[in-house]
Amino acid sequence: MFDFLEKSSNIPIEYYMWLSGILFSIGVMGVLMRRNVIIMLMSIELMLNAVNLLFIAFATFLNDPKGQVFVFFIMLVAAAEVTVGLAILTLIYRNTKSVDIDFLKKLKG
Amino acid sequence: MQAALFYGLSIVAIMCACGVVVSRNPIHSVLFLILTFFSISGHYILMNAQFIALVNIIVYAGAIMVLFLFVVMLLNLNKESEPHKSDLVKIIAATSAGLFSLVLVGVLKGATLPAYEGMMDSENGLVKNLGRVLFQEFLLPFELSSILFLSAMVGAVLLGKKNVQA
Repeated sequence: MFDFLEKSSNIPIEYYMWLSGILFSIGVMGVLMRRNVIIMLMSIELMLNAVNLLFIAFATFLNDPKGQVFVFFIMLVAAAEVTVGLAILTLIYRNTKSVDIDFLKKLKG
Repeated sequence: MQAALFYGLSIVAIMCACGVVVSRNPIHSVLFLILTFFSISGHYILMNAQFIALVNIIVYAGAIMVLFLFVVMLLNLNKESEPHKSDLVKIIAATSAGLFSLVLVGVLKGATLPAYEGMMDSENGLVKNLGRVLFQEFLLPFELSSILFLSAMVGAVLLGKKNVQA
C-alpha cells in the first residue's frame, strides 16, 4: 500500500520508547498542574495514548499482532472510563457549579 | 523520508501535548488533544498498524473528543474562569514531571532489548490478522468488554439523570 513504509525498521525502537516516555510525563504534568477536572481527564487520555504507542511499537518490532489487540482493549476501556468520568463531572458541576478539583476535598476525611 | 516523518510527527505530538496542558481555554485543550491523536495515528501508520490507526481516529478523535467537546460546551466552560494553582505548585509539578521523564528515558536507555528480525511482516496490522487473533485468543476479554460497556452506559445514564427515584 505505502511503498516507503515497507520496511519500517530503520527507526530504532528506542526512539519510540523515549517519545512515549515524554508523552506520558506530559500527561503526569497535566494531572499535577491543573485544577480543571476536564483537563485532568484529558491528561489521563494522553497517558493512555503514550502507553498505546509503546504497545504498537513493540508489537511491530517483535512482529506480534497481540500487542495491537491489547491496544484495541485499552481503547475500549478508555472509552468506558471517559463516559462514566464525564457523567460524574456533570453531576459535580450541577452540585457545586464548578469543575475545580479543590472543591472536592470532603472525601479526604 | 521515514526519519523525517518520524521527527515531524513526534514534534507535533509533543508540542500539542504541551498545548493541552498549558492552554487556558478548555476548548483549545480539546483541539490540541485531537491534533495529538492525529499525529499518534500517523505514527501508527508509520509502524504498519493501519487498522489501529483508523480505530484511533474514529474512537478517540471522533467519539471521545466529541464527548469532551459536548461537555465543555454544555457546561459553558469555554472561558478562562478557572482559578489557577499557585506558581509554586506549578513549578513543583513541572519539575517532578521533568524528573519523571528523565528517569523513564534513562531507564529505557539502559534496558537491553531482545533482538528483533530486521524485516517485519507488513500484513501484521491488517484487519484480517487482527481479527483472527482477536476472535481466537482474546474472545473472552472481547465479550467481557461488551459487559463493561453495557455497565458503563447504564452507569452514565443513571448518573446523568436529574432526579433518581429510590
